[in-house]
Amino acid sequence: MKGASEWDRHAPSSAPNPRHTRYHPRWHRERIPIFWWVGHRRYTLFILRELTAVLVLYSGLLLLAQLVAIGRGPESYQAFQGWLAEPWVLALHTFVLLGLIFHTVTWLNLAPKALVLRVGKIRVPPRAVLVGHYLAWIAVSALVAGALVWVAG
Amino acid sequence: MEPVTLKVLRYRPEEEVEPTYQEYEVPCQDNWMVLDALNHVKERLDGTLSYRWACRMGVCGSCGMTVNGTPVLTCATYVEDVLPGPVVVEPLRGFPVIRDLVGDITDFMEKLGRVKPWLIRDEKKSPDEGEYLQTPEEVADYKQYSMCINCMLCYAACPIYELEPDFIGPAAIALAQRYNLDSRDQGEEERMDVLSQHDGVWACTFIGECSVVCPKNVDPAGAIQRYKVSATVDWVRSVLMPGRKP
Repeated sequence: MKGASEWDRHAPSSAPNPRHTRYHPRWHRERIPIFWWVGHRRYTLFILRELTAVLVLYSGLLLLAQLVAIGRGPESYQAFQGWLAEPWVLALHTFVLLGLIFHTVTWLNLAPKALVLRVGKIRVPPRAVLVGHYLAWIAVSALVAGALVWVAG
Repeated sequence: MEPVTLKVLRYRPEEEVEPTYQEYEVPCQDNWMVLDALNHVKERLDGTLSYRWACRMGVCGSCGMTVNGTPVLTCATYVEDVLPGPVVVEPLRGFPVIRDLVGDITDFMEKLGRVKPWLIRDEKKSPDEGEYLQTPEEVADYKQYSMCINCMLCYAACPIYELEPDFIGPAAIALAQRYNLDSRDQGEEERMDVLSQHDGVWACTFIGECSVVCPKNVDPAGAIQRYKVSATVDWVRSVLMPGRKP
């Protein structure tokens, strides 16, 4: 009978692994680094999409703060408007707007995967679902902008 | 073609506590797949290298490995497409490594069984009553999901499966949908117990990488999101119309 060393001519000469036995094999499990999403374009885009949800929350809270300021009377609202016009707040809100657009675009792009529509027996093409979402986005934005102009005018 | 350096992850549990890389110079020929290069190593350079393969034509789903960081079927990946070397070959992520490039897939097999990937009927026809007929539209509903070859590239591409090992995972959910969407099947309610749990569809955060790496265009990410939509619609209906059968 051949010795183990003859069978394993190519095996490394390091000491045997004490945690491995024939009937209790030691399997290797890779640890997941915290920054697993760095260095892979689509994982990074995914994390950015999830993180920009915080900016959606922020813009909701901003709207609530604005309503509270209106409720407290003209002076309070003036002060709030003044705060909005400060350069650093403008810079922050430009960043928030870019984040919101990124979130919206990446979110809408996923819609055709989740939404499978049928007209009769024929499936609506995914591209049509996508275009429909964008048209709805533009229509709602135009409605809101139109209402604002109308109220201001 | 110039010789190509393969940098292969080796793990020999008897001798090593941690995996190490081993480099091989492979005189690749034109149009060789990564699997051909590995077979050359196994046959000519180092017989101790362990990995799985069988059909070498993209059907059996056993030669999935991580090549240059991306989960691929090595039998369907040209060496030329992953140059310049060294071409890094590692086992699929997310599975415990038994040896070298061989991962343990017991977890997947167990989860696959839990979603009952077979036709479930309340009442079975007797054979002399004939087949269960389907229209081409009814076949088209699930055909895409039936193309899965259980290669588990989608699991390797899914960070959620690594972070939350209880997640049922992309392929098993896509296969559950393959039967849910089959007009002959009546088992949707039975599968719902597994799919609508947190470890089912709701663990998925829609990264979408599973569908990108799928060699058969099964689109597991799409299957999971579709199930989320239909599960939500069922839930809303059950709230609005209590007592109605889902």
